[in-house]
Amino acid sequence: MCRVVDLQQAVLAKNDACAHTLREDLATRGTAVINLLSSPGSGKTALLERELTLARRRDIPVAALTADLATENDAVRLARSGVPVKQILTDGLCHLEAEMLGGHLHGWLPAETRLLFIENVGNLVCPASYDLGETLRVVLASVTEGEDKPLKYPTAFGLAHLVVVTKTDIADAVSFDEKEFRANVERINPGVEVVLTSARHGEGDGALLDRALAARDGAPVHIPVMTRKSHHPHDAEEIQPRDVNHTHAPRLAGGHSHRADPGPVAPSRS
Amino acid sequence: MHEMSIALAVVEQVEGAARPAGAGAVHSVRLQVGELAGVVPDALAFSFELACAGTALEGAELVLDPVPARARCGPCDRTWSTGMPPRLSCPACGGATAELLSGRELQISSVCWDDAPAHRPIHQER
Repeated sequence: MCRVVDLQQAVLAKNDACAHTLREDLATRGTAVINLLSSPGSGKTALLERELTLARRRDIPVAALTADLATENDAVRLARSGVPVKQILTDGLCHLEAEMLGGHLHGWLPAETRLLFIENVGNLVCPASYDLGETLRVVLASVTEGEDKPLKYPTAFGLAHLVVVTKTDIADAVSFDEKEFRANVERINPGVEVVLTSARHGEGDGALLDRALAARDGAPVHIPVMTRKSHHPHDAEEIQPRDVNHTHAPRLAGGHSHRADPGPVAPSRS
Repeated sequence: MHEMSIALAVVEQVEGAARPAGAGAVHSVRLQVGELAGVVPDALAFSFELACAGTALEGAELVLDPVPARARCGPCDRTWSTGMPPRLSCPACGGATAELLSGRELQISSVCWDDAPAHRPIHQER
């Protein structure tokens, strides 16, 4: 015998609430967060090095946090730009959460910062589930990773406000099919902008910085289909989760979900 | 694998939920998992068992209800199953302004409590 109590709570409600508070707090001080996601080795750090250096040259107050399981190598590289940089060591955790980020910002983030870039842990699955209070979520893929990357990691690409292709200087050498890549992005996240960059040759220099500044200054940010909720409650029926902390930024997701087996249903009676 | 973080969040929320009068241990927790939620059911079940150890949920069962992903195109009013990998541009008109009707749920729907006193023996052999 057991009694069933309706709960109806989003599993990540606590993270979402933290992210919501963080976003509001940062907005009141004029700071926007840019969350960068990609697989390991796709060139987040190289791209960020250039964008931070450019920001410094243009006198735009920016800062960067970089997360890795181990080593401070990326922070050392990013610090060469001369902007405030902090390394987060996750001790094996595969993603950042909003509360962790808030803790790292406390007492460190310079008050005048307009853009805070977060280089998430190199991983296209887990970080996608966690809203960090960002204004802009950017997913990167290098030309070496295959045109079907968006299809393999639909949640990461599906929740992006901007997609950045990196290492275009070697696109020919690896026969990167830009058209196919764009078609795959469009299938998962129709309407999202795709920017081509090469940190080595300078293609797309400043594109990320410009998009980030525009978003920070209130320009409309792309709304992915995955985050668009139906305005017709009857369509969603009872399966639509309650979204108490509505944000335009993603709340959930990840990549490789497959159909769950319902398994044995608990003997419940209400 | 972020399923452990998710399992810990489930345990924390259920522990924080009000225990109904006369209820004993948590018998099971029911979760809706959308097709696009990015959660691997087996990994979550494995993590859940570990996350429950030493808590009020020790031994509780995790029941997962999969939710298929569906989208609707406003302009042509067509609805479709997105599939996996999902097609989120409209298959009929190619429109880019569809809405997701379901598929990203990661939601605790209900908790099933044993009637007190708990039926589970205290010295349980495993």
